[in-house]
Amino acid sequence: MSETMVTVRDVHKAYTRGKQSIDVLHGLDLSIPGGDFVALMGPSGSGKTTLLNLIGGLDQPTSGEVWVAGQRIDRMSSGELARWRAANVGFVFQFYNLMPVLTAQRNVELPLLLTGLSAAERAQRAAIALKLVGLADRAHHKPKELSGGQEQRVAIARAIVSDPKILVCDEPTGDLDRKTADEILTLLQQLNRDFGKTIVMVTHDPKAAEYARRTVHLDKGALVGEPAAH
Amino acid sequence: MKYFQLVWASLFRKKTRTLLTVLSLAMAFLLFGLLQAVNVLFSAPPTFAGADRLIVQSRVSFTEALPLAMRQQLRTVPGIEAITWRQWFGGIYQEPRNFFPQFATDPATFREVYPEYVMPEEQWRAFETTRTGAIVGRRLAERFGWQVGDKVPIQSTIWPQRDGNKTWTFDIVGIYDGRDEETRQRTGVMWINFDYFDEARQFARGLAGIYDVRVADAGQANAIAQAIDSLFANSPNETKTQSERDFQLGFFKQIGDIGLIVTLILIAVFFTILILTGNTMAQAVRERIPELAVLKTLGFPNGLVTALVLAEALLLCAIGGLAGMGLAQLIATGLARLPDFPPVPLNLAVWTQALVAIVALALAVGLPPALRAGRLRIVDALAGR
Repeated sequence: MSETMVTVRDVHKAYTRGKQSIDVLHGLDLSIPGGDFVALMGPSGSGKTTLLNLIGGLDQPTSGEVWVAGQRIDRMSSGELARWRAANVGFVFQFYNLMPVLTAQRNVELPLLLTGLSAAERAQRAAIALKLVGLADRAHHKPKELSGGQEQRVAIARAIVSDPKILVCDEPTGDLDRKTADEILTLLQQLNRDFGKTIVMVTHDPKAAEYARRTVHLDKGALVGEPAAH
Repeated sequence: MKYFQLVWASLFRKKTRTLLTVLSLAMAFLLFGLLQAVNVLFSAPPTFAGADRLIVQSRVSFTEALPLAMRQQLRTVPGIEAITWRQWFGGIYQEPRNFFPQFATDPATFREVYPEYVMPEEQWRAFETTRTGAIVGRRLAERFGWQVGDKVPIQSTIWPQRDGNKTWTFDIVGIYDGRDEETRQRTGVMWINFDYFDEARQFARGLAGIYDVRVADAGQANAIAQAIDSLFANSPNETKTQSERDFQLGFFKQIGDIGLIVTLILIAVFFTILILTGNTMAQAVRERIPELAVLKTLGFPNGLVTALVLAEALLLCAIGGLAGMGLAQLIATGLARLPDFPPVPLNLAVWTQALVAIVALALAVGLPPALRAGRLRIVDALAGR
């Protein structure tokens, strides 16, 4: 593993719901080296998705520092964060979040619309990404014509098509049966091992966490114990 | 252009709803196109361009008749080649739905002023010499299956005969046609012998509704019109001389303030369409909030997401609007071929107004949901908050 990919330093995060302020993260520190595959585990409300959102640049901390891929992202404006996400992060969600009106190929091409690539280049890269996840033959199918596992593969292809430095996965197997979940996790493991992608994955499932190189436990907004290596 | 497919696919996410909205927009713009064209037609300034025939009517109204004696004075105006006169008969054949225009005119001079109507010579002579004679256009004759020699009873809604009887029986002595296709389209009129009509009517004898004047040089039409009106200025029978086109428009203007009517109708139509399309757009964006949040997650900046939703509204309005305007153009072209119907000018000005309306409508219905989409907080939208 190479230099540090993620550094979270004394991060606090509080949400305001109505008149109530809810502290989610309390002075959290975390460091993830490049090329690592980390599973974030913890009970509901422990702050793991909030932490993932901060690492993915979807949200900003109330205080503290967040460094990802060599850049401090907690002070970026909304526009800067959008550009940074497009260049550095791939996202995989529990419910796939594909565009139902677009084919698998077009879904995978979406992040590339933000680049200066030509239509032919976009199509070529999307085809490669789909081939990598084993769905080259389903490129022209719409999400409703695919199984859950296939949809998640398309989502992974979309996440890796722009060659991001880090993949942020929020319960990527939460909606899948065991067998399909294992296939998806094997695919993520392959992306980590063969392509050196840094992966941060939130999961409730201890079996899923076993696919990661190490597991970090959160509870009540703080890390619990030492990260466990697998 | 690279975002077009995304915008297009999003627009047709719910095909039925989008098609119904497009249909509503098309209907609204069909009305817009036709009514604005009518507005342009009626608000255009009087023109004598290319007019080789002028209509002289009372300055007060075309319903105010003019003395027949005026024809002598009219003949003194230089540049006038021929003069005839006519009176609206306003009759019903069998039942009101059989409406067609009838005028009483002077057969000999009518032929001089309207040389584009053609008929065998013996029929012209019969029209001049048969007191109860009438000629009908080819289209009118075909409509009712009339032939030369038929007796046609017409019930006048205006003119009783001296004995009080309002039913007049005319002998069809000729069937005229048009010299060219355009004139043939205008052969839906019946012309009756003025002398007989004038003698037989109960009142207003010696008066004619209007004079039709043919000028030698169309380029002088404006000057001749002014000369005619000057001739009768400050007399008991002041005149208003116009081109045929403007005179025809005058008929329609009797309905009321056309511009105001058109404007009110269009306001009602566009208010309805604004609500309908606005609701469609708002609903379409509401349903797609998680998808829009995903776009932002992938790195689409706020401005781009706003622009995509706005582009969707513009595309929706453009498809519906242009379809409606295209249909209006077809109908206007069809109407222009109808006889006795003024050409409805669906010109560049109307198209420009339509394009401005499309953009304005798109902004009105698209901007609120587009701004909302641009302001979405990703984490809230993904969490369904």
